[in-house]
Amino acid sequence: MALLELAEVVAAYGPITALHGVSLKVEEGGVVALLGANGAGKTTTLRAISGTVPKTGKVMFDGHDISKRAPEQVARLGIGHVPEGRGTLGQLTVWENLQMGAYTRRDKAGIKADYDRVCGYFTWIPSRRAQVAATLSGGEQQMLAIARALMMRPRLLLLDEPSLGLAPIVVQEIFRIIRAINEQDKVTILVVEQNANIALQTAEHAYVLEVGRVAISGSSTNLQKDESVRRSYLGY
Amino acid sequence: MTAFLQQVVSGIATGCIYASLALALVLIYRAMDLANFAQGEMATFSTFMSYSLIEYAHLDFWTAFAITIALSFVLGVAIERVVVRPFEGKPVLTLLIVTLGLFTMFNGITGQIWGYVFKTYRGGFPSEPVVFGGLYINKQDIGVLGVVLVMLLLLYLFFSRTKAGLAMRAASLYPDSSKLLGVRVGWMLALGWGLAASVGAVSGMLVAPIIFLDPNMMQSILLFAFAAAVLGGIESPLGAVVGGITIGVLMALVGTYIPGGQDLRLAFGLIVIVVVLLVRPSGLFGRASVRRV
Repeated sequence: MALLELAEVVAAYGPITALHGVSLKVEEGGVVALLGANGAGKTTTLRAISGTVPKTGKVMFDGHDISKRAPEQVARLGIGHVPEGRGTLGQLTVWENLQMGAYTRRDKAGIKADYDRVCGYFTWIPSRRAQVAATLSGGEQQMLAIARALMMRPRLLLLDEPSLGLAPIVVQEIFRIIRAINEQDKVTILVVEQNANIALQTAEHAYVLEVGRVAISGSSTNLQKDESVRRSYLGY
Repeated sequence: MTAFLQQVVSGIATGCIYASLALALVLIYRAMDLANFAQGEMATFSTFMSYSLIEYAHLDFWTAFAITIALSFVLGVAIERVVVRPFEGKPVLTLLIVTLGLFTMFNGITGQIWGYVFKTYRGGFPSEPVVFGGLYINKQDIGVLGVVLVMLLLLYLFFSRTKAGLAMRAASLYPDSSKLLGVRVGWMLALGWGLAASVGAVSGMLVAPIIFLDPNMMQSILLFAFAAAVLGGIESPLGAVVGGITIGVLMALVGTYIPGGQDLRLAFGLIVIVVVLLVRPSGLFGRASVRRV
């Protein structure tokens, strides 16, 4: 059984329908990419999963129906959502951001272990614990957002455009870490990207959204070969 | 010179009262960007509760003090859950009207239960002067200053050292992100109201022995508390205390040295609010928000 499954999810912002019935599956331990142009409904799909947009349809996570759950309940089930714009707690320090990541946990030893692990991925963190998060660079804020989500020890990580506004070398670095998180920590990942190249290199499976519907889906290798995907999203 | 210093000393004492109510205002403002007009009346209600505990349950002052703080906390949480919650996410003006409604409601309920006759309220500190360097200082005022400073310290420790305090700050500044981290943002707001009600209760129990206990006792204090909170930077607990003491001293001096000043004190309170908002809206200690440019 898939760890996450969406069936015919419809979501709207007031009168404007953003998702017209999206169905997709994410297998446990996998990396799945969600591609598409601006306004295709990628961000809304993630928000439908984490419960931050009103919706109909079914969202199943680990056998639970989470369609009706509030965002904080979804988070407590083990879904770490790094939202569009990174959700940086800007006025708080780096350390406080990470503490907030571990907010729902009580296991001190586990939290400490996860902090050490996170510092292994993002080596700049220990020396800058006291820095106010808003003064970090864009890349660092993205890394902090991922680190904060990891402090939740999630089973599923939802990443919303981790490459947005970052220099190519930083994007490479972040995706290297995303792969490591998936392989070493066995965290399942659903990543939304406009940068289809790097997303398809990272994910095993991908869905392409067009105006609120799944237009194409398949293994990354097949999608990379697909003529229309190549032309529309990969640019060669 | 002694007369001047004497005024300063008595100003500090009154200022501590303003500071304590200002602290309560700051707590709710931090939690939900809302000026709670009912804060004074809630404090009055709490003070009457403590009055009943002392007079009818025959508890000593400090026991009644502790119980009242706890009861007020529950009351504050309940008000947020029952009365304020349905208006969550509504424009701030709607919420302001709700607090005005609470103001009227608490004033009426207090009057209904305990009546409008002024009552003598025996506080926790003896009202007798000590002479210090030619100045008369009331022991009660020293006690008030002590309580306010302890309260400030406790709030500081709560917000900077505890998980709940950190979560409250995160929830008020970044409600959406906090939800994604599993924070029950609604309960954090309720916690803010509970804390504010407790702090307000302390304020009422400090002031009642100095003036008399009556249902309208906090109304003029509320204005000075607003002035104090605005002067200190409406989000800063430390600012509320510094602002409160500054306002207290300022008002004592205005009352003494400006002809007719006693009657103009409320007007001066208002002038402080207006001038601060015009000249330095973030107040003395308000952090202008930090961000990368």
